[in-house]
Parts: sequence; C-alpha cells; structure tokens
Amino acid sequence: MTSHSERAAAFLKDPDRVSWHDETLWIVRKKRDRAAASVKEWENLREKASKLKEYVLSDLAGLLTEFERNATLNGAVVHWAADADEFNRVVLEIIKSKNARNIVKSKSMLTEECGLNHFLQDHGVDIVDTDLGERIIQFRNEPPSHIVLPAIHLKKEDIGELFHLKLGTDRGATDPQYLTRAARVHLREKFLNAHVALTGVNFAIAENGTVVVCTNEGNADMGVHSAPVQIHCMGIEKIIPKMEHLAVFTRLLARNATGQPVTTYTSHYRTPKENGELHIIIVDNGRTERLASIDYRDALKCIRCGACMNTCPVYRRSGGHSYGFTIPGPIGTILAPHSVPGKILYKDLPAASSLCMSCSNVCPVKIGIHEQIYKLRQELIRKGYGSFVKRAILKISGFVFAKPVLYDISGKMVRIALKIVPRFLIYSRVNTWGLERELPAVPTQSFKEWYRQNGSN
Amino acid sequence: MKPAGKFKIGLFIPCYIDQFYPQVGIATLELLRKLDQDVHYPLKQTCCGQPLANSGAEDDAKEVYKNFVRNFSEFDYVVTPSGSCAYHVKEHYDILEQSEDVVKVRRCTYELCEFIADVLKVDDLKINYPHRVGVHQSCHGLRGLKLGNPSELISASYSKVISLLEKADGIELIKLDREDECCGFGGTFSIFEPAVSARMGRDRVDDHLRNNAEVITATDMSCLMHMEGIIKRNNKNIKVVHIAEILNSNSL
Repeated sequence: MTSHSERAAAFLKDPDRVSWHDETLWIVRKKRDRAAASVKEWENLREKASKLKEYVLSDLAGLLTEFERNATLNGAVVHWAADADEFNRVVLEIIKSKNARNIVKSKSMLTEECGLNHFLQDHGVDIVDTDLGERIIQFRNEPPSHIVLPAIHLKKEDIGELFHLKLGTDRGATDPQYLTRAARVHLREKFLNAHVALTGVNFAIAENGTVVVCTNEGNADMGVHSAPVQIHCMGIEKIIPKMEHLAVFTRLLARNATGQPVTTYTSHYRTPKENGELHIIIVDNGRTERLASIDYRDALKCIRCGACMNTCPVYRRSGGHSYGFTIPGPIGTILAPHSVPGKILYKDLPAASSLCMSCSNVCPVKIGIHEQIYKLRQELIRKGYGSFVKRAILKISGFVFAKPVLYDISGKMVRIALKIVPRFLIYSRVNTWGLERELPAVPTQSFKEWYRQNGSN
Repeated sequence: MKPAGKFKIGLFIPCYIDQFYPQVGIATLELLRKLDQDVHYPLKQTCCGQPLANSGAEDDAKEVYKNFVRNFSEFDYVVTPSGSCAYHVKEHYDILEQSEDVVKVRRCTYELCEFIADVLKVDDLKINYPHRVGVHQSCHGLRGLKLGNPSELISASYSKVISLLEKADGIELIKLDREDECCGFGGTFSIFEPAVSARMGRDRVDDHLRNNAEVITATDMSCLMHMEGIIKRNNKNIKVVHIAEILNSNSL
C-alpha cells in the first residue's frame, strides 16, 4: 500500500488543482474566522464545550443508560452495537423485518466508518446517499475527502461529466444550478419511494431521549417524513447531558464548520410518527478502548465540524484521499492509528503533519490534536515501527547529540563533506530535502569555532 | 530605554544555526551584549533534542536533554534565537525527572524576542533597517510560545516580534495574504513529506513576493533555511534574514 507522502505527491502533480483546492478551503477557513469573531465570548464557548465533553466522557455509561431509558419511554427502539459488523447486521435486520428495499440516507460519517453502504448493497438493498456531495461520491464509488464537504476534491466540470453519465444531463454542462436541479429531480424520486430513512446523529440528549441532526439541505427531514421507518445511528460519544447544553454546541458547530451562524436545519427527533417506527442504534466500534487511553481519549470529544481540515496547510495541499482513512485531516490522523482495537494501523499518518498547531486552535472542543500526533510518533518508534534505517539514524543521532565532542566532529565532517562531495552525489534521490530545495551554503566556521576565537569579549 | 536588569545568560545556539548560520549566533550574542547582559556560551552544548523527539525518538533524546540541562542550569536565563527550540525545552522536557535544575531550565529558557520584550522590557532597539520586510510567524513561536495571537484564536491582536520591528527606522512591514500559515518546514516533516513540504514553502515564499517583500524574517532560522532552499532553487529575488540580524543592525 502507498503511504500518505506518495499519495500526496500524486495529488500535487496537478499544481493548479492543488491551488484551487487550497484556496477553496482557505475561503471556508476565513468565513469561519469571521463567524467566530462575531461571537465575542467565542473562546469561552470553546472552553465550555470542551468541559461539557470532558464531563460526558467521565460518565458515558450513566448518560447513555439515561438516554436509553428516556428514548424508550418516547417510543423509540434502542439498539446497541459493539462493532461495525454488529451495527451493519442490526440495520439489515430492521430493513428485512419491514421487507424494505429502498433506503435513503443523510449525514452519517458513522455509516462510512462501518462500511454500511457496501454491506447493504451486498445484501440486495438499495441505499442512496441523499446529500448532494455524498451522492456525487457514491456515484463515483469513492470515499468522502472531507467530513463536511465530501466532494470538495471535485470541480464543477467533474460533476458535469459524472451527471452526464449517471443522470443524463447535457454533455459539458457545468452550471451548478442546472446540475443541482438534475440531482434534485433524481433524489426526489428516491425519497418518494423510500421505505426506510437513515440518518446520523450530531447530538443525543440524555435527559429527554431526543436525537438532534444538523443539516443544510434538509434531506434528513425529507427522508424521515417520507419513509415510515426511521433509523438514527450514533457513536457512544454523541451524548450530551441536557437540552440546555445543546446551544453551546450548535453555536459552535456551523460557525466553525462553514462560517454559517447555524445550520439551515437543526432537526430534533423524539417520538415515532403515527404508525411509524423510530430506531436508534448506539455504536461502540472501538470507542471504549479509546476512552480507556489517557493519551488519546480526548479525540472522542470531536463534534465533526471539519475545521481542522480547512485550516490544515497539509490537508489543503494533499487532499482528503491522501489520508486513506474515512476521516481525513488532523482529526483523522489521530483517530486512524487506533481505529481498530488491538491493532496499530495507518502508521504513515502521524508523519503527515508539520505540527503547526493550527488544528488545535480551531478545534471547538479543544482537542490537543497536535499533542496526540506527537504522542503517536513516540508510540510508533517505541513499538519498533518505522524503517530500520530511520530507527538507526535516530539512535545514532541521539548518541552523537548527547556527546559534545562527537557532535563537534560530526558537524565539521558534514560541513567538509558538503563542500567537497560533487553535487550529483549530494543531490541524489535519497536526499529528499534536495528534490525541490537547495541545501544551505556551508560557512567557513561553525558558531562554536568562531566563539572559541572571538567570543570572549 | 534601559534594560530592566543585568542577568547572567546562557546562550543556546541551535545545532543547525551553529553549523550553517553562525552569523545568526553572532548577531544574537552581540545584541545581548549591547543590551548590557552578561552572556556566556557553554561550549559543551549540542542540540535541544527536538529533531529526535519530533520523529518519535524522545527516549533516545533523553540523554541530549540531560546534556542541555547540565550546560544551562547555572544561568539566570537561557536565551536562544529559536522559538521552536525554546518551545521544545519548555514543553517536552516533561519526560525528564523534574529535578530543581530541570524545572529551572524549563522555566528560564526564552526565545530572543520574548526575552527582550518580557524580561529586559526594552521596546525600542534603535534599529535602522530601510527595507520592505515580511514577517514569517514561525508556528512554534507563535502558537507554542504565544509570541503573538494566531489568526485562529478570537483574541486581542499583538505580536512581540512585530512590536520590536515596527519601531525600526526606515522599515516597511508588508502585509501578507495569509498572516501566519506554516511554511512547511516542520523538522523531519520536510524529509518524510518532501512534496507537501516544498509546496507549502513555495506558497509561503510566493505570498511574500506577491506583496513586494525584499526580506523574509522569522524567529526561526529553520523555517528560513527551508524557504531559502526554495528561493535558491527557483531563482527568486528575495532574501531571508533572521530576526536577530535585523535587531542587531542598531545603534544602541
């Protein structure tokens, strides 16, 4: 399998597309800055959200059982799933029990995480992503490249071509309004024939058993209102204690995600429709293991706003697919390596960060993202991952840097070597620094050599 | 304005400055002496250990950390022309046993501008620098040491670095399109992710060029080394100058 740096290099081969990708996401970041600055207590709000999430993680079991009790009293059916496999089977059982075939879905990264679409398709169920970006990547049989803007890697020309093939729009059409309308007509038919509507959950309120879904296109509502059966899927960390806490998060979420004051729709689902069914599936899938890890548990505070991606100078230039994990960018980098209990995966991702710390500063729940990336790097080396060469270089450097005389001699040798070795040898392919950069010019003396001669006065 | 005191200072010159940019070390030393400080350069210093730790080998860096502490525990302050190294000592020496010496060194290590602004409390260095200058706000200084307010945080605007520069005679500080985006150096990130790193560097240099800077300055020579490498490879007409060299071009 290729590494992040190789996939990033491939994405970077088209510099104009990279400029466009970078600039588009930078505009979102600027909109976020303006929206955040319009709330004068913004930083206090982040602090409050962070503290609330810490409280939630400290009493997850209590809050989840309170939620289950209240949701059940409201008439919902609450299911629990330990992992992706169980989650997919629970969804399939509900679908089968209703003899349903047509499923419409909106706003769920969890179903991406669990691979639900492919699972259901393998069992003969037609599941349609109804949000525009998600539908586009579903047509392309691709994972999302961003958690809020899943098709951000594509330009309108790409969409025009895709819709011409899939929806029969005019060849070469790129007008966003025309293309959106075609998608709307296509999706309207899917809604009207839906047997089951499936959504993700942004927040689940323990005190009253409500689930809250934040959307812009309104497809969660459209699906829930047209299909007799509704299923809401949530990770165990989506719980918040009380209704009064919701506004802390909704004030942060859309502003931080896209720069909007609030999402167009903030839908509260509490009781089943008349003659309908409301199912809530609560999924663990590795979250409990993370909860038990002091170093990495804070990642469970994430409310999936995507702001860390928009601000990340690496993500904007390497593209979401370079991460190879369902959730890309800085938050994906800290979620991926421990996404499957008992394993360490995606070992290339912790190196895919310049540790500029911007991600931690935009995070609405103050996850120390850069600190976790740093810790993951330590863990990987400690557990013996990384190439033999890399580990040997680190060991030798540690030895040299700890011995002043050795350091002085090595430094001098490097400087002499850089002067006398021919350029083609210095700028060989293994010197990745030199692929697109010059090395610094070599001075006649190091500072230390100068100081010994001239430093005393 | 007189410095707030005369201190016994241990000068820490980061390894890559020692080896490749001695003029930055000399400027730092001269500047601190002009500011009437008792400056010493312990000869057994090597490196703060960050290159190892950032690659995941902090266990191998421990002996390097200990060497740093041995060299610098006797001083009132440790001053260094690098925000990144200062940040590393303060933030990541937490894995050492927190002896009196370790605690003192972590507390008393300062990046140069921060030391001048916060300890010496000198705000006008009587600099004459008639150039158009773009300030690259190195991430570890900006976000780690809080030398300024990063653009992501909704807080009052300040910069300890720009405050020192803007009083210079003749200087024109240019405004960048992106005031504090990372240059893509990132230590060993520049080696492990060369394509993204170089692209980030080109974008950063282009921002300065677009806004007519003659000089890019920063608190960290590492960012400047990376951008200099890009400037030279692409034959761009712009120079990098460490902030210590600008602050030392004075008539105190």
